[in-house]
Amino acid sequence: MNARVVAVRAGVRRGRIEFGQTMTNAGELMGWLWLPVVALVVMYAFGDGTVPGVDFPLGAQAVPGILAMSAVFSGLMGLAMTLTMDREDGTLLRAKATPNGVLAYVIGKVLGKAAMTVAVLVLILVPAMLLFDGLRPGRVSTWVTLAWVLVLGLLAVLPLGAIVGAVFGNTQSLGFVTLLVMGLVVVSGVFYPITALPGWVQWVGQAFPLYWLGLGLRSALLPDAVAAAEIGGSWRQWETVLALGAWAVVGVALASVVLRRMARRESGSSVAARREQVAQRFD
Amino acid sequence: MKTNDNQREPSVVHTRGLRMRYGSTDVLKGVDLTVGPGEVVALLGPNGAGKTTTIEILEGFRKRSDGEVRVLGVDPDDGDEAWRARLGVVLQSWRDHGRWRVRELLSYLSLFYEPYRERPVDVDGLIASVGLTGHAHQRIGALSGGQRRRLDVAVGLIGQPDLLFLDEPTVGFDPEARREFHELVRGLSGTTILLTTHDLAEAEKLADRIVILVAGRVVADGTAAELAARIAGQAEVRYRLDGREHVLSVADSTGYVRELFAEHGKAVDDLEVRRASLEDVYLTLVRESELVTA
Repeated sequence: MNARVVAVRAGVRRGRIEFGQTMTNAGELMGWLWLPVVALVVMYAFGDGTVPGVDFPLGAQAVPGILAMSAVFSGLMGLAMTLTMDREDGTLLRAKATPNGVLAYVIGKVLGKAAMTVAVLVLILVPAMLLFDGLRPGRVSTWVTLAWVLVLGLLAVLPLGAIVGAVFGNTQSLGFVTLLVMGLVVVSGVFYPITALPGWVQWVGQAFPLYWLGLGLRSALLPDAVAAAEIGGSWRQWETVLALGAWAVVGVALASVVLRRMARRESGSSVAARREQVAQRFD
Repeated sequence: MKTNDNQREPSVVHTRGLRMRYGSTDVLKGVDLTVGPGEVVALLGPNGAGKTTTIEILEGFRKRSDGEVRVLGVDPDDGDEAWRARLGVVLQSWRDHGRWRVRELLSYLSLFYEPYRERPVDVDGLIASVGLTGHAHQRIGALSGGQRRRLDVAVGLIGQPDLLFLDEPTVGFDPEARREFHELVRGLSGTTILLTTHDLAEAEKLADRIVILVAGRVVADGTAAELAARIAGQAEVRYRLDGREHVLSVADSTGYVRELFAEHGKAVDDLEVRRASLEDVYLTLVRESELVTA
């Protein structure tokens, strides 16, 4: 059998194994769940008001945004963290020492984190549907839209995670990226309709995938009438496809360059040097 | 016979004038190294001598500054995945895949070699040969240091490599773990191995040939016996003659002693002849080379 085909299959196996490890590790799972869960609880407790201009509860309106935020955190930060950690402990170097190992490694990491992102999403969505009135789980279109928005969203977000993970040398500096994502949450209309923000902030929000992922998920889960609170009073699904698609194309292209560079630079002494840094931090 | 040159088996590792420069520092200053098929060669030297740099260049993990390098007949800078499949790599210390299980990781890694090897890997046999059968389903992160190292060797061997690199394999080991590890490596007869160490006893125990690297240069190359003979063909002769102690360093100790008895007969007392140990040789070499570079 062709060696690259073998590597792709091995990569799928790696993804499955590591996804299993995540799902059986309560600590790691809680790490991804707490933020959206806290957000849901807050919106449940204080989301009694209505969306401006529409007779729809604010709490339920925020659920898709919270899902989008969770997807960006677990997809982008999850992948970035695992790539950075794997360079500290030599996992990437091991892949490099194996024929076609880096290909399988990248496939496995991306699939593993994609599966984790979806699993975390399901773990939030199911209780949210029971708690919040107004979501629309009964429509076929809900699930179809959810599926394509999620696939596009993952394609837009995961390459960013790969780039961040490849560029940042140690897990500590990733805190900076977390801060950036937090800022993105503020300008992307996650909890409250983006139309309430000043015009220039709306433009900033629309430049990043988090807004579009949130919008797409709202179009899937909320009644069509709620679209009145969005920019242009519409779900803008074509624009969503274009925006997420553009992020995906650029992201994949850039990620493959950056990942190649990351793998090329890896050697035993670079792992040792990074480990020394880590050791010094804990001294 | 002229034809013999062509028929001779090509060397597994071959470097001529290998140089490595980081910024303005020369780490390797023209290393000539040859490893023949089936040979176990130890690259011995003090810390900072350039051992790890050399081995990383040979593994294709680092681009050299200058010189000729062939590993399994291929320049490591151009080595493709088929070439990579013929190498086994055990680096200084791995901590990777801590959440995987022993057998899970080995059978995952064995997949990659299937397209390159006719014989499928016997994963369980390999686990048994490194003495980890009882730990096959244990989390790798929970293994002891010695067990972890055995796993690393198993990973190095999973592709049935034509050449195995062992970089400082026993650093941080207690004597018991070190002895067990040495037995494991000595059991790998037939595999060509290039190992680095700064432990002379380890080099002597494991290697057919020792290459001493000091400050980026090969200062000696030969079997343990050859090295001892070459530098210190000298032996120390100690005796008492008429109540006075004599200590001499001589090249032909046997001849010297014969003449000593012929001349003085029973007046010679407390005779002691000590060959320079490999350690004396090594320390002398390191000291001399460091003086030259300083």
